Amino acid sequence: MPDVIAADGTIRNDNWVLVARPADGDSLDIPAGQSALIPADLWLAGHEHFAGRDDIGVWFDSHDEPELLAGKVNELPLIAVNFPRFVDGRGYSIARLLRERFGYSGELRAVGDVLLDQLQFMKRCGFDSYVLRADKDITKAARCLNFFSQAYQAATDTDQPLFRRRAS
Amino acid sequence: MYVYDEHDRQIAAERVAQFRDQTERALAGELAEEEFLPLRLQNGLYVQRLAPMLRICVPYGMLRSDQLRRLARITRDYDKGYAHFTTRTNIQLNWPNLEDVPDILAELAEVEMHANQTSGNCIRNTTTDQFSGVQADEIADPRPYCEIIRQWSTFHPEFAFLPRKFKVAVNASEQTDRAAIQVHDIGLQLVRNDQGELGFRVHVGGGLGRTPMVAPVIREFLPELDLLTYLEAVLRVYNRYGRRDNKFKARIKILVKALTPEGFAEKVEAEWEHIRTSPTRLTPEAIGKFQGYFTEPAYQTLENATDELSKQRFENREFDKWLTYNVGEHKKPGYACVTLTLKKTGTPPGDVTDYQLEQIAELADQFSFGEVRATHEQNVVLADVRQDQLFELWQRMIPLGFATANLNTLTDVICCPGGDFCALANAKSIPVAEAIQRRFDDLDYLYDLGPIDLNISGCMNACGHHHVGNIGVLGVDKKGEEFYQVSLGGDSHHNATIGKILGPSFARDQMPQVIAKLIDVYVEKRTEEETFLDTYRRVGLEPFKERVYA
Ligand code: SF4
Repeated sequence: MPDVIAADGTIRNDNWVLVARPADGDSLDIPAGQSALIPADLWLAGHEHFAGRDDIGVWFDSHDEPELLAGKVNELPLIAVNFPRFVDGRGYSIARLLRERFGYSGELRAVGDVLLDQLQFMKRCGFDSYVLRADKDITKAARCLNFFSQAYQAATDTDQPLFRRRAS
Repeated sequence: MYVYDEHDRQIAAERVAQFRDQTERALAGELAEEEFLPLRLQNGLYVQRLAPMLRICVPYGMLRSDQLRRLARITRDYDKGYAHFTTRTNIQLNWPNLEDVPDILAELAEVEMHANQTSGNCIRNTTTDQFSGVQADEIADPRPYCEIIRQWSTFHPEFAFLPRKFKVAVNASEQTDRAAIQVHDIGLQLVRNDQGELGFRVHVGGGLGRTPMVAPVIREFLPELDLLTYLEAVLRVYNRYGRRDNKFKARIKILVKALTPEGFAEKVEAEWEHIRTSPTRLTPEAIGKFQGYFTEPAYQTLENATDELSKQRFENREFDKWLTYNVGEHKKPGYACVTLTLKKTGTPPGDVTDYQLEQIAELADQFSFGEVRATHEQNVVLADVRQDQLFELWQRMIPLGFATANLNTLTDVICCPGGDFCALANAKSIPVAEAIQRRFDDLDYLYDLGPIDLNISGCMNACGHHHVGNIGVLGVDKKGEEFYQVSLGGDSHHNATIGKILGPSFARDQMPQVIAKLIDVYVEKRTEEETFLDTYRRVGLEPFKERVYA
């Protein structure tokens, strides 16, 4: 994978590749010697084979149900959520469910149509790494992640809504 | 009224900086038009037919006099010296420059205002009854809950890219519904249960637009402390399962219908079960704190000024009419609620000049504790006027054009900006309103006709709420020409009803005549006590149809 942005805006590089869903009848084509993200349902289908491997993670598409991996999320080294179009907001709910409902504590990555102005929302919903769409200026990511110093409502990043912080 | 603390001020300032940055990137070509679109919409900025249009948020309709003065200054400095009150109690500027918008937002932030989420596929401004806090029959003041919802929904990270726009309304009286909650995505009716505890009846899936629907009840009683967790559950179900493949099927009403209200409610309850005890659950202290912002102003102990008013009424017939139509009861003896009508014939409904805005501020300071409320009927309310000052207020209002005593009559038209301003319009709406106002210029006749809601929209988006007008008018496009479809029997109040289409549409110049014929049928058929809507409900569509298409 190309450059990856961390939640604090720093940029690093890693070698995870996203393996597309194979066409009907084809089998999963995992490149040798690389860490790979495969569709979540296929990981589950091959659980015996994939479980416990630190070079195999999963990705969810925006219409996928994270409930699929309830109870198993922490067997995974990396989960990615795809934003097919940046205006498709389902990925935010998927992220919160993975974190807050299913207790996923590993790295959660936003991929796909990831733009600068959506990073702040992704961060609050529990994503801690982001692969920005290639044409966007990655040097602006840190600024866009940090426009706000606080928020009104609870989300994955804080369970304290402002009304509780005010009361104290 | 709510007052910002240091948290609100900081968030508002950070928002201005963020939008400035976004605007600069858009102007520098770093954001494609479709990428900037949702960002600017979430800041109320449309690019319209003639110029950008900026929709400024007026949370649940409340405005202070300093805010009105600032708005007046903004219309002078950045626009053409006038503004427009919308049907969702917001304020629109029709001619700002795109480059100036960050500066306008900075000016607004100084007086605790913003344009957040006044458009776009996100949670919009929460609306409520314009007479909140001053009505004897309200179950509780809805405004603290509206403010709680405002804060919760502002930049909610999970719900910034919903399938479609999302509107919440709160109503507080069991007898009347001036907030039209049943035609909102979520309608919250304040209620008390058998134990006397405060909560909400929750309606979900109402709306106007292409598929008008009255919202079914999905929960009979939601305790007040659970308000936000429940809203979060509804929004999450909608965000995950609402349709995104077809813009016209993307509102929550379509999802509720597809799942059935029971099926939808089950999904919400299941989701809610997981989060109902999360820290998002409200606390009595937090609610108390919000309520503390909406305490009563410093009312004086007064008697009702009955004798004085009857004398003034007797001596002045015009005052008498105005008192009857534009002044309402107040829970405190000696006080009254006054509606300033922004419906003077010849002025587009809801439009005000900078001078008028400043004058409203003056009147508010002198007569009503410095506060006003915008209404979804596009009027302005002074909610706390002393009865013994009504006559003076009335005299002051006449030259300003606010004393037209036509509240709730046929010429108190609800009307969207339509083809004169709006890029989405199929047809103009303002000239139709004006032609009808000109035709019905005899106030006594209007009073005789009684309350009639005439609502006009320039297209299916229904900003003029045409479906719930007793008479609804919708602009349609027929082979490039502007036509108007008429519907009858709509009602936005407790018995919310969607109007029925009368028949084939009409040319613009036919419209006053069409309305006149509809009114004639009513006058002929009505019994002593019946309103237009009553008569329509009794006799049905046919007699009206026969006359109009005869
Ligand atoms: S109803 Fe249509 S024409 Fe009127 S303001 Fe709304 S979008 Fe514009």
